[in-house]
Amino acid sequence: MEHNTTSRRSFLTLAGLAPLAVWGLSACGTSGPGSSSAKGASMWSVSGDPNETIRKNSIDAFGKANAGSEIKVTFFQNDAYKTKIKTAIGADQAPTIIYGWGGGVLKSYAAASQVEDLTSWFADNAAVKEKLFESAFGAATIDGKIYAIPATTVQPIIFYYNKELFSKAGAQPPKTWDDLLTLTKTFNDLGIAPIALAGQSRWTSMMWLEYMFDRVGGPEVFTNIFNNKADAWSDPAALEALKKIQELVTAGGFIKGFSSITADSNADQALLYTGKAAMMLHGAWTYGGMKNDGGDFVPGGNLGWVDFPAVEGGKGDPKNAVGNPSNYLSISAKASDSDKEAAKKFFAEGLLATAEVDAYIASGSVPVVNGLEDKFSTSDDKDFLSYVYTLSKDAPSYQQSWDQALSPTASEALLNNIDQLFVGSITPEEFASNMNATIGK
Amino acid sequence: MSTNNLTTSPLRRQRQKAVEASKGKTGQLAWLAVPALIFFIVFAIIPLAGVFLLSFTTWDGIGAISVAGIANWLSVFTDPGMYHALWLTFVVMILSWIIQTPISLLLGTFTAGSQKYRALLAVLYFLPLLLSSAAIAIAYKALLDPNFGLAAGLHLPFLAQDWLGNPNLALGVVIFVIAWQFVPFHTLIYQGGVRQIPRSIYEAAEIDGAGRVKQFFFITVPQLKYTIITSSTLMTVGSLTYFDLIFVLTNGGPGNATRILPLDMYLTGFRANLMGPASVTAVVLVVIGLVMALVLQRLGGKDRTGSQLEGM
Repeated sequence: MEHNTTSRRSFLTLAGLAPLAVWGLSACGTSGPGSSSAKGASMWSVSGDPNETIRKNSIDAFGKANAGSEIKVTFFQNDAYKTKIKTAIGADQAPTIIYGWGGGVLKSYAAASQVEDLTSWFADNAAVKEKLFESAFGAATIDGKIYAIPATTVQPIIFYYNKELFSKAGAQPPKTWDDLLTLTKTFNDLGIAPIALAGQSRWTSMMWLEYMFDRVGGPEVFTNIFNNKADAWSDPAALEALKKIQELVTAGGFIKGFSSITADSNADQALLYTGKAAMMLHGAWTYGGMKNDGGDFVPGGNLGWVDFPAVEGGKGDPKNAVGNPSNYLSISAKASDSDKEAAKKFFAEGLLATAEVDAYIASGSVPVVNGLEDKFSTSDDKDFLSYVYTLSKDAPSYQQSWDQALSPTASEALLNNIDQLFVGSITPEEFASNMNATIGK
Repeated sequence: MSTNNLTTSPLRRQRQKAVEASKGKTGQLAWLAVPALIFFIVFAIIPLAGVFLLSFTTWDGIGAISVAGIANWLSVFTDPGMYHALWLTFVVMILSWIIQTPISLLLGTFTAGSQKYRALLAVLYFLPLLLSSAAIAIAYKALLDPNFGLAAGLHLPFLAQDWLGNPNLALGVVIFVIAWQFVPFHTLIYQGGVRQIPRSIYEAAEIDGAGRVKQFFFITVPQLKYTIITSSTLMTVGSLTYFDLIFVLTNGGPGNATRILPLDMYLTGFRANLMGPASVTAVVLVVIGLVMALVLQRLGGKDRTGSQLEGM
């Protein structure tokens, strides 16, 4: 009997606590940064320095100058953010200002009327629009309406190489795909990995496809895919590009074990600056990272960069570039009017203001702002900055990264199939037929 | 009959009264379960029903929901990727069981001893239990990096394998890391189970001349029957929810080599924005989980409430 009473009492305690637990959970639910009912404008952004600090400083500066229109910013790790923002928007819990990559995802937000149409605002504030790269608005425009403002730096994908290793091998940076295959043999013979690749991250391998599709078949190949043309992935140029990439994999072009290397830890950059690998195809954003982490590598002038090699008989202009035209900020359609006003005020006055532009340049990036040529000349990184600036500005075609341009459904399938293509578990034909199945989805 | 009732002894009548009273009391107390019941309904039953309904719709998680009939079910069940994921889930489940059970059983028996050094070792063994899956996955990812990981740090070239890039190795790595994470938990369960076994059985066995090994196989293991069933249920049904660790460690890769069903569900729903097919997968997972749990409970035999200590 004694025993029974005790257990009943503890059951009572538990039963009594259960409603408290429910209350506790619901309290958590409303106090999160996602609540659109919270007072004042909020913003979610992607973490990682130097950009995190730069953005935070400019928001703080804007808040100090505009008491009453302060913006509360929360930073999230990149991959986690992409999922979190989608869920938050679907649950009507989005922040006032939504950070994004434009393209396919922005299109899905716009289709669901979740983001504010900024077309008329840009018409009223022509100075804001003229300040920014014209080309950067492409990925922010859906059916002729602008849903986002280009808000960070231009990030083309760049072919980097280690000058020290090239001079050791007595080699020249590749001008053509055949040069690259020759260099593969040269460096493998020296016991140096030819190309660093963080294959586990998958979008890293995707950058090779983006350039090769362009170099072999010109920008039209992907434009057809983007426009949902049936069987666009089976274009002969696409199959040729996929075949060439698999040849490079088989020839040992990419470092051994590349599928185990992840870009999150910047291990691929480390391979280049520690002299373990001779070449790397990566975003312009890695320059700052290599400058920070690579010791004397970047300041000592050992980092080189060239245009992505041409393919003999290929249609693509070697000046064509691929990459992210910018990152974007959109305004949630569900935000209150006063929060929307604060956000627009930030877009006009706080975003990419002089101090922020200077900070981006100092970190080795090119903000999507016109007329910066003179600012580069005083920078330590003037060669690189000018290269990125001209590459982005003068490219006959600047293709947005595929995983951003395509719909989330297609881009998930794309990354998965690229992974299998690089591991060699599917053929170019299988890749094309798997991807054709996603067209229009 | 009536005479029988009349002749019922006062003692018996009193006892009957007490039984009736206690019955009434339980009836009154039943409402106390209501808060917990509400909790369960709100956080388990309603979402479950919601997922079932969603499996018949098309939804990208952001826009409007539209009815799709059985299209999702057809597409999921004709997709070879689904069967591959299902197969992998069972491979992970079975290999995890085969690896974790003996280790946990032995460690549990070992740490159940009263010696001081065993208590100290027990604390060390339980450390992985304190770490989050994401932290474990990130740590292993760094350790397994072929160029900057453990192999380079310890100068042991044979450790520089393509751990996460070779499809077979990657699955092995996943099963190993899962074991590393969960063996401490099951060890704890077995430790508790072993401590429940009366000393007198061992003493009797010793008198009969049974050595340590015999004692382990003829006393410890049979006495732990229900502990083994509990631990196995947690292990197998739990493996249907392995997600966070694999998501961070391999993201289902290379290719589809470690894309088990729970991860497939997440990637389909939240990456590819296909909530309908993801909900179908979720329903399949729930059904498999329920069946597994039922089967394992049945393995305990019909008379599972009976004491194992009969005759003691």
